[in-house]
Amino acid sequence: MKDIILPIEHQQSSHCETGVISILLRSKGLNISEPMAFGLASALAFVYLPIVKLGGLPLIAYRMPPKTIIKTVCKKLNVNLHSQKFSNPNKGMQALDDELAKGNLVGLQTSVYWLPYFPEDMRFHFNAHNLVVYGRTAEGNYLISDPVFEHLVECPSEDLQRARFAKGALAAEGRMYVVRQVPEQVDLIPHIYSAIKKTARMMNGMPVPFIGNFFGAKGIKTLAKKISALSKTKPKYQKLFLSNIVRMQEEIGTGGAGFRFMFASFLAESAKITGNDNLQVVAKQTTAIGDNWREFAMEAVLFCKKRKELSLDDVAKKLTSCAEQEQTLRADLLALSKT
Amino acid sequence: MNEKDVPQDSSSTYQGQKKLIYAVDDNGQYNGVKSTGWEVESFATQMAVDDLQEQADTALQQAQRGEVSPLAYHMLRLRFDIGSLAQTTGFFQWQIKRHLTPKVFSNLSKRKLNTYCAVMKLNLEELTTLPEIISQPKSN
Repeated sequence: MKDIILPIEHQQSSHCETGVISILLRSKGLNISEPMAFGLASALAFVYLPIVKLGGLPLIAYRMPPKTIIKTVCKKLNVNLHSQKFSNPNKGMQALDDELAKGNLVGLQTSVYWLPYFPEDMRFHFNAHNLVVYGRTAEGNYLISDPVFEHLVECPSEDLQRARFAKGALAAEGRMYVVRQVPEQVDLIPHIYSAIKKTARMMNGMPVPFIGNFFGAKGIKTLAKKISALSKTKPKYQKLFLSNIVRMQEEIGTGGAGFRFMFASFLAESAKITGNDNLQVVAKQTTAIGDNWREFAMEAVLFCKKRKELSLDDVAKKLTSCAEQEQTLRADLLALSKT
Repeated sequence: MNEKDVPQDSSSTYQGQKKLIYAVDDNGQYNGVKSTGWEVESFATQMAVDDLQEQADTALQQAQRGEVSPLAYHMLRLRFDIGSLAQTTGFFQWQIKRHLTPKVFSNLSKRKLNTYCAVMKLNLEELTTLPEIISQPKSN
């Protein structure tokens, strides 16, 4: 078997799913930046689900669930995306080889834990990582453009198979996707406004009693209350709980702050496309919110390091201020998308 | 965040990798900026990793004293817990809890052991034995 190396323009991204769809669309000549993909998918969100535990700690997410971004972007832009999953790993690997032989870049959903090129400290059993395969060496190593990495990487076939077919929560089941066709011309402007409107609607929570309190700004406030209530628990649990929020915020999910900055970048790009200067104003506002999330992360870690000046209530207060800022942003975004 | 404020703390948890963050330049333009790490983030990561390491070390000592089965150690070492191991193996949690006791584990059928081996990428020998020396927490 000969080497297959397809042309690829690797570009490091902030988040895997937005990065992958941006790379795949660009390879077909449709220039959609990572923040644009994120914005169009209305992916900015907040969810705090104390019932769902990961390693004994509650699930906290700062964006829409996996797969949403790729699906929504393709649907909106009328992109023909061929998505498959497999129950038989060998068939799944064969299908990947076939697509590469046809000259197609292939997007894959994988587990982070089994990808050997990941830094040891970041390898956790998280099954919804996305990457692009752009070739295969004669020895059977796959050539990968992993959007969250700075450079191109390689992965042995056995490890990639394991990563694609790892079972468990959010199991990938070998999911792979290929962009078949993109439209020649896309008018982004109506999509931009409808996406902003949808994002804003989700920002305050859901209009459902009780459950609504775990989404959006209401969810952030619920989490803040939980932090205040931690004073009744053991110091070790307090630390693990707080550092878990920061980890979910900054590491696993690219970050609450990271996603806010990406959304800000989307708004700024949209301001240029639409010529609407108000979008630039809300971009700035969103950046300030991202900064505030980072300050919250800093305070949470300072508390873990036992700096005496800070109490749990102080940390909770900081988080509440994030929620309040997002509620203000929501109102401004809604006002914008009406015009 | 301004481009100049993007943290460059060379976090050991990144192992020389970089992450991309969107930041603003002085003209209000947004660009992706590479970061070598943020001390705040790496503290949180390190705490989680250390906690897992501590649990694995404890399990190893207990396994060496014969209080728990080698499975308990390998599970934690490979960053699984009972919940995630149940999801990946298809066993029930109560079954896995039983398998964590040395007596039940030593009588497990080959088929059940092989299920663990497949999911954890271990061979039978590795799954049923323990390392001789207590592994020290990694110092990066």
